[in-house]
Amino acid sequence: MNSLRELYQEVIMDHNRNPRNHGVLCDASHKGKGFNPLCGDELELYLYVNKESIIEEIRFQGKGCAISTASASIMTETLRGRSVNEAEKYFHEFRALMTGEAREVDQNFDLGKLEVLNGVSEYPARVKCATLAWHTLLAALEGDTNPARTEY
Amino acid sequence: MSYLGDAPQLDIKALKLDPDAIRRDFPILQQKVHDLPLVYLDNGASAQKPETVIRAISDYYRTDHSNVHRGVHTLSQRATDRYEGAREKVRSFINAKTTNEIVFVRGTTEAINLVACSYGLEHIDPGDEILLTEMEHHSNIVPWQLLCERSGATLKVAPIDDRGELILESYQDLLNDRTRIVAIAHISNALGTVNPVQKLTNMAHDAGAVVLVDGAQGAPHITTDVEELDCDFYVFSAHKLYGPTGIGVLYGRENLLDAMPPWQGGGDMIKQVRFDGSEFNDLPYKFEAGTPNISGVVGLGAAIDYVTSIGIQNIDDYEKYLLEYATDQASKQSGMRVIGTAREKAAILSFVLDGIHPHDIGTALDHEGIAVRAGHHCAMPVMEHFGVSATVRASFGVYNTVSEIDCLFQGIQKTQEFFG
Repeated sequence: MNSLRELYQEVIMDHNRNPRNHGVLCDASHKGKGFNPLCGDELELYLYVNKESIIEEIRFQGKGCAISTASASIMTETLRGRSVNEAEKYFHEFRALMTGEAREVDQNFDLGKLEVLNGVSEYPARVKCATLAWHTLLAALEGDTNPARTEY
Repeated sequence: MSYLGDAPQLDIKALKLDPDAIRRDFPILQQKVHDLPLVYLDNGASAQKPETVIRAISDYYRTDHSNVHRGVHTLSQRATDRYEGAREKVRSFINAKTTNEIVFVRGTTEAINLVACSYGLEHIDPGDEILLTEMEHHSNIVPWQLLCERSGATLKVAPIDDRGELILESYQDLLNDRTRIVAIAHISNALGTVNPVQKLTNMAHDAGAVVLVDGAQGAPHITTDVEELDCDFYVFSAHKLYGPTGIGVLYGRENLLDAMPPWQGGGDMIKQVRFDGSEFNDLPYKFEAGTPNISGVVGLGAAIDYVTSIGIQNIDDYEKYLLEYATDQASKQSGMRVIGTAREKAAILSFVLDGIHPHDIGTALDHEGIAVRAGHHCAMPVMEHFGVSATVRASFGVYNTVSEIDCLFQGIQKTQEFFG
């Protein structure tokens, strides 16, 4: 199971066991629902975006695999306190990391802790697990009330 | 080493098939995945193909290919002979009365859609009812939902219990004089439950309904005798029966098929075409518009030959033995819950592990060379019934062995340790 460890890095296992920012946000300004039709996993995302377009608060809940739970957890950690514009930039950079596409925005963009999910790009069938939270984020920010679906 | 491993309760002499020899018939099984011997336990999704099937398709293209039912030349005749020869093999395999009752389609899904569109739109009126079971695959739900939307009929669903068995009293209660069609799985793909089809069919007929049996998981694993089952339609796919993808069978009673309007129009399904109206061909060609999947049919014929040479009853007995062994192992495995514990079960072990998502289990087992399905198995109502979003499904075929099941449980053990 050594190569499995390359996918499931310790940070991922930790976020799966103890997801950060987990739960409901009652005074959310934006809500999103995500659904992975491949496995039936569901995710709800709550954001509070202030007048300066800063994501002050972000929480999620739902049922998902270790990859999707850790990805959602690390996403919330990364985006809290960032602007909506920055969040969208993270989305594009993270998706590029997952799909193995050339970085769209900035070769030197620092994804920080999100890099631990790099191994997922080797598993095309699991990329959707990692991107579900991010597609849900985009749908929530765009005010789309339909469940977000992953694309790959 | 024998693939039978050291399973104590099996009387090897009583076994009428040789798993080691059977494995050698399947070229794809002779490979490694992640540097470990492939353990293929995803037969419920699609089975692998024996050399004879692969060769039949390639020989057909090398020596006999042409269009069927058209030319007077030698190749066309040979192609037609192979195509129609396979139809007779299918007839005999499911014990239909005549080859007029055997229609080649793209697969189980297309067969159900054909019946829903052709029989359904002709016979279903507003206020009529179509009865399904809670354990159906999406392909035996959605075509009927579409028919209900178009016709104004109502969909009724007979519930299952916590073993994954159909509740017969509820089924009986839901049958009434408005029930026109009953659509039931022979074997549940998500749970392995074998439905008492003959009994269900009799009950439905007493209410005046016709019965379609989804045999996608039935035909490859247990004897299918449409006369004994007494069903009106029986549908299945070749690719789960060790044959190629893209080809399947619709069996229908001749009088029903005869009275049904064509579904798709085109060449081969007509006798005469004039702009003021066309005359349709006889059965079964009326439902086979356009050039068919000839090589697929040839492959299906070879697959039936293969299965018949082993004996479907022998396959059934052997797979039941594998299931029994796997179920026994599962009962000893801590943190494991089997989903689907029907008293009549076939070839499928669906399960969840405490605290580990099925997707993660699927990836971890793949690293051990083990192919299983992780997901909702296109049976989301079943998942809902058992309060899970997904399960892991190990589904067995004729080439699986006890030592492979041992591998599965070693893999499960390692997965639990990894994620524990």
